[in-house]
Amino acid sequence: MSDLLSLSAVAARAALESGEISAPELTTAYLGAVEETAPLNNYVAVTADRALEMAAASQARIKSGEAGLIEGIPVGVKDLFCTAGVVSTACSRILEGFTPTYESTVTANLWREGGVMLGKLNCDEFAMGSGNETSAFGPAINPWQGGDGVDLVPGGSSGGSAAAVAARAALLATGTDTGGSIRQPAAFCGIVGMKPTYGRCSRWGIVAFASSLDQAGPFSRTVADNALMMQAMAGHDPKDSTSADAPLPDLMAALDKGVKGMKIGVPAEYVMDGMDGEVVALWEQGQAWLRDAGAELVEISLPHTKYALPAYYIIAPAEASSNLARYDGVRYGLRVEADSLDEMYAGTRAAGFGEEVQRRILIGTYVLSAGYYDAYYLKAQKVRRLIKQDFDSAFETVDAILTPATPTAAFPVGRKVDDPVTNYLNDVFTVPANLAGLPGMALPAGLNSDGLPLGLQILGRPFDEASLYSIGRVIEDAAAFSAVPQRRAGGAS
Amino acid sequence: MSNLVEGRTGEWEVVIGLEVHAQVASNAKLFSGAPTAFGADPNANVSLVDAAMPGMLPVINQECVRQAIRTGLGLKAEINLVSVFDRKNYFYADLPQGYQISQYKQPIVGEGVLRLDMPDGTTREIGIERLHLEQDAGKSMHDQHPSKSYIDLNRTGVALMEIVSRPDMRSAAEAAAYVRKLRSILRYLGTCDGNMEEGSLRADVNVSVRRPGAEFGTRTETKNLNSLRFIQQAIDYEVARQIEIIEDGGEIDQETRLFDTSTGTTRAMRSKEDAHDYRYFPDPDLLPLVIPQAEVDELSAALPELPDQIRDRLTGEYGLSAYDAAVITEERETAAYYEAASAGRDRKLVANWMTVELFGALNKSGQTLADCKVTPAALGGLVGLIEDGTISGKIAKDVFAAMFESGKDAAAIVEEQGLKQVSDSGAIEVMIDEVLATNQDKVAEYRGGKDKLFGFFVGQVMKASKGQANPGMVNQLLRAKLDG
Repeated sequence: MSDLLSLSAVAARAALESGEISAPELTTAYLGAVEETAPLNNYVAVTADRALEMAAASQARIKSGEAGLIEGIPVGVKDLFCTAGVVSTACSRILEGFTPTYESTVTANLWREGGVMLGKLNCDEFAMGSGNETSAFGPAINPWQGGDGVDLVPGGSSGGSAAAVAARAALLATGTDTGGSIRQPAAFCGIVGMKPTYGRCSRWGIVAFASSLDQAGPFSRTVADNALMMQAMAGHDPKDSTSADAPLPDLMAALDKGVKGMKIGVPAEYVMDGMDGEVVALWEQGQAWLRDAGAELVEISLPHTKYALPAYYIIAPAEASSNLARYDGVRYGLRVEADSLDEMYAGTRAAGFGEEVQRRILIGTYVLSAGYYDAYYLKAQKVRRLIKQDFDSAFETVDAILTPATPTAAFPVGRKVDDPVTNYLNDVFTVPANLAGLPGMALPAGLNSDGLPLGLQILGRPFDEASLYSIGRVIEDAAAFSAVPQRRAGGAS
Repeated sequence: MSNLVEGRTGEWEVVIGLEVHAQVASNAKLFSGAPTAFGADPNANVSLVDAAMPGMLPVINQECVRQAIRTGLGLKAEINLVSVFDRKNYFYADLPQGYQISQYKQPIVGEGVLRLDMPDGTTREIGIERLHLEQDAGKSMHDQHPSKSYIDLNRTGVALMEIVSRPDMRSAAEAAAYVRKLRSILRYLGTCDGNMEEGSLRADVNVSVRRPGAEFGTRTETKNLNSLRFIQQAIDYEVARQIEIIEDGGEIDQETRLFDTSTGTTRAMRSKEDAHDYRYFPDPDLLPLVIPQAEVDELSAALPELPDQIRDRLTGEYGLSAYDAAVITEERETAAYYEAASAGRDRKLVANWMTVELFGALNKSGQTLADCKVTPAALGGLVGLIEDGTISGKIAKDVFAAMFESGKDAAAIVEEQGLKQVSDSGAIEVMIDEVLATNQDKVAEYRGGKDKLFGFFVGQVMKASKGQANPGMVNQLLRAKLDG
């Protein structure tokens, strides 16, 4: 059945429509793949029964001509999404066993369009991390391996999602991106990840990390699949006050538009000290591909780039410190009994939150405290506005911006875990788009000398995901990235 | 008029500012669709948002916004077309989110003013500093179980308007008048039911004392007072306590205090040093609240007539005293009753009958105007009978008592009981003659210079007529007979 696993979502849709394959067949193949790749620890919950029921229902709708956009396509869900009747924990001990009665808007949209739920995917605890190493369920493992056979991180926070799609254990998967949590793991796992414009996808029912930065987005193995899933999951939601009431264009139609006449910006500030030479080379290669396809490459300046990371690591923890206050042991999740309310809080939160989450709550509490608010939080918000202005003025002359997705390829599990600041540097290219609310896509463009995937990032104007899909398709065609990870389902290893 | 308080070492001026929490009259909560009805079973009115389940998001209830705007307009305040919701962070078991959504730096309503008519006829203007929207917290019950607390989240997320006054009040009476007037305006507007017993309206009271004309003293804040009586008691207690401390050479601690309703005293809850650091910051789940000017204009045009407008008509056109007018207009129902009862009658006379007899009888019987059997037309009818001389004011009191009891018309009662005033001079003269005949000795004394006896004769004649003789005519005819 490994043939089924190598179909793209677009191809699988065609095969389902033609009757060449059936939805239960496809789902069964993927459930087998989930089982086969279990050692990668990408899934934290598998919903096999539900998947088979949904697949049967999809098959019926396909037969009756009522198929949705992703009818019958097996989808994995990051554990940050609340799924009705399915345990949803944000990979935190504090939500151990928590089973919501409600379905997040994004996953509800996917099921409405015929998606088949395979299960819940590993991630960093409360989406805080860049290696999927802070998960209460242990690290998710990247299906790619370097020459030395060492386990690599899939990136984070949506590590399980990216790894599962790369390992053929999901055809599509949801992720969320607060500072790069879709794009960085997509790059580490050699797949396509899109963080849409802030407001494009509803945040309702997604466990909040940093509300002004969080956005849900799709993982896929091809640019076209990504556009398909994006089309299915996005849309205005009155239950999320920050959801944008903006029309979603036909993203599939954007795929073949090409880049002729487009102006693509190359920011000078994204060349950084200590950057991997191969990353720089690939970036230049990406520019050449776009130039060859008829785009005009323009050097631009985003002068406040170097302040993005420090600003992000003030704003995101500040919001998180408040967002995570609700996990207090009173109503749901973990409770450590104690004699007084304060001791119950302290005991519950100390036992329920991991080290990285505690670190960020402490940082966030500190930067919002009286006497520090102006110096940290307020200043970071000013920086955020300047970064937004940098992009606004760049987009007066260019249609999109091309950058590397990450400064390095995937790193070994455990390597950087003791040095939070180095870990934070993983997000250096991705964080500015979150601060400015812009759409950003990461996609594979080549392998480094260790045989590990490297990705490029395309940033666009607000609500112009369509152009990113046009550009992404051109890079995808030019790169002709055909390498596959060693530890994929149905693979050799 | 002086509100100064006499201490052992001289006079003190009291400075009071109030923060009133008024529950917005709305069907649903501020950021969720859960109902707000009072008296539901514990935790019956709780949505996923109110319980702060993971991933839940607030969505503003536009009706609550409109209610805040209406209130702002009623307080003649500026409406801020852009305002911001902030998170006030603290942990408590009845605060599921771990923060209260409130408005900190940019409230929806800015400065306004409230006019008070005091019983002594003076008028005071109290500044309103701001009004903002915020969520109520839930209720913790610590007396239901020996070792556990019970939590009821029905109130959690209900919309409150916090209305902050300037420190412009100078006595407990003014503070009570302020709350009464504020409640009156809220009720006219229909933006808060003003029910203090159910907690729909509660006040935090800031009190300080100073030497007249000196800088403000250090203030204390007494929290969560839910009756006018408690507000006055708490202020009186605080004033006495603070004066005593200062006169003994001590200093006032800036602190939050609690009022003990059983003793009428306050006690320290937490000092300034222990004050929470609420870590306010703009709620990233909510966009700034932007109100189109057109919406403000629309709400303004649809505003009902407010007590001050009616009061001005009552004092201006009808000639009532400011205080009577304020009393009559405090409740919309009372004002409407008055307008109906006094139409075509002596306006001042009707006002007297309302504020003295009607309100007196209602008070005594524990009824409200809504239960009252005396209709506005009936009260008007009674005053009409006085005006046209059919009955005297004295008889009218008996007639009113009968009306209050039975709900019958004044005219019917007068007819039934034969209470009609006797204005027939012949009949009155007959009664006078009888009285004079049976009191020959007193007549002689009167004519001998004992003028005071005139009243005695009037009384006797009135008695003989069972109070029905026209008192003016009795006077006139008596004087003619005695002096003539």
